[in-house]
Amino acid sequence: MEKTELAIIGCGPAGLSAAAEAAQYGIKTTVIDENAKPGGQLFKQIHKFFGSEEHQAATRGFDIGYQLLKRCEKLGVKIILNTAVWDVFNNEQKGEIELALKGDNDVRGRIAAKRVILATGAKENALAFPGWTLPGIMGAGAAQTLVNLHRILPGKKILIVGSGNVGLIVAYQLAQGGARVEAVIDLLPVISGWAVHAGKVRRQGIPILTGCTVLQALGKNMVEKVIIGLVGPDSRIISGTEKTKIVDTVCLAVGLTPLAELAWAIDCQFVYNQDLGGHLPLHNERMETTVSGVYVAGDMCGIEEASTAMEEGKIAGLSVAESLGYLSPDKANHEMKTIEKSLANLRGGEMGKARRLAKNDIVRRWHCYWKNTKQRGSYPAKN
Amino acid sequence: MEKYKATGFLSCEELVRLPGVPNLTELKEHKGPLACIECAECIPCNPCETACPHGAIEVGNDITGLPTLLVAKCTGCGLCIPACPGLAIFVIDYNYSECEAAVSIPYEFLPLPEIGEELIALNREGKEIGGAVVIKKINIKKYDKTAVIIIRVSKNLCMEVRNIKLIKLNNEGLEDGHSWK
Repeated sequence: MEKTELAIIGCGPAGLSAAAEAAQYGIKTTVIDENAKPGGQLFKQIHKFFGSEEHQAATRGFDIGYQLLKRCEKLGVKIILNTAVWDVFNNEQKGEIELALKGDNDVRGRIAAKRVILATGAKENALAFPGWTLPGIMGAGAAQTLVNLHRILPGKKILIVGSGNVGLIVAYQLAQGGARVEAVIDLLPVISGWAVHAGKVRRQGIPILTGCTVLQALGKNMVEKVIIGLVGPDSRIISGTEKTKIVDTVCLAVGLTPLAELAWAIDCQFVYNQDLGGHLPLHNERMETTVSGVYVAGDMCGIEEASTAMEEGKIAGLSVAESLGYLSPDKANHEMKTIEKSLANLRGGEMGKARRLAKNDIVRRWHCYWKNTKQRGSYPAKN
Repeated sequence: MEKYKATGFLSCEELVRLPGVPNLTELKEHKGPLACIECAECIPCNPCETACPHGAIEVGNDITGLPTLLVAKCTGCGLCIPACPGLAIFVIDYNYSECEAAVSIPYEFLPLPEIGEELIALNREGKEIGGAVVIKKINIKKYDKTAVIIIRVSKNLCMEVRNIKLIKLNNEGLEDGHSWK
């Protein structure tokens, strides 16, 4: 069986950052991704990133992706593409964690690792309404992949459902691609995304309709029109406010859910947190889960954005380096402080408050769990 | 609740309260152009501060702070325009000429307008508010694909115009100004 010191599942911003961080201390690192190309969602992020210099602010997402990939390549990180990890389990006798792989042409295989970082990202939420299965109705992320990676406009007349940052950014980018965005609508009375993104969309003449939802999509072979209506404070449609919009595409930008199946598979403790997107594995401030040797980073342990995912990846990579003895605890602590500060910056202020508190709660719960388990004497010893 | 959270754009009342937006007197009395930073939310971001070679923009150690424009130090060089990931910075030269002001606008659409080209001026809602003429176009490598289009408009529009629309696209019979190739 192929052996590696660190196996990272997911080659997006979190996984690549973790790989670069760990590999710079000399750890033999392997990254596995089911997609044909590395980078996760980074390469479709054509806008300039926020944050500060240390987060590569004002650099476009795909450029950050290229830089990360180059760095990983230089550090000798092995990247295995077109390969899905469908199970992960503890081999207690050997003190290893094994991954079950399924590659191209159904080739099966296994990799054994001393440490594992799960950086599997998230999936888009759907929204069910009559007609929602018609062709032309898709996730906003899917539309973004089509327009920015494959350079195909999903349609000419587009309705965006959801005014979070994803909905607003995708609306703007579809307009850049030449589509006419009819409107961005949101059930809530306020725009969920940042004002700067809303401002960009509005000055293109694209309306953002708050307190508005989609009732029904109609069409023969594909979506041809949608009926939208205003909602009252009870979230019910105010009758008489229904309007028909002629569209050929509807993009759903109604949130993301962590893709955490592998953490379930290896028996990580979970918690439900609405502010972070649903069920996610408990982890400590060093990104270690309740299963010894298994770490997490990025959207799979709480929906945020790419910059925070990269910082979490760095922390996970650093933690692994320390736990494998490549780094003294003192040096690790020192490095950790820098990354933690940079991460705290991204969760600062009023806009980051919900995520900040939610993440603190996850960490607190990890410590409670660990304390209780240790008292029972069943916490697995580190190898 | 702030009004812009429902409308998606900043109103005049909201703009005057922002520490990054100069007032009309400052625009009139300042020698040369001034940056106008339309950043209203405490988001974690400070490239404007980093980009300014004159120390005229302050965000502070807490990068979620709102950017403050130090009017006296601003030369209106415009380096902050492409640095803002939110495309929320404009530069206004109120005293461009007797009756016109010059406004620099970040523009990420193709095709780019030509120097001397007449355009339609759009406000923060994307509504047509008048005419404009391109006086300069900056699309250098350093700006990383955020072109800065400098237009001249009548003075009373300088705090209104925030986007442009190309007339040639409008007139070519293309659907709603979008090119379909």
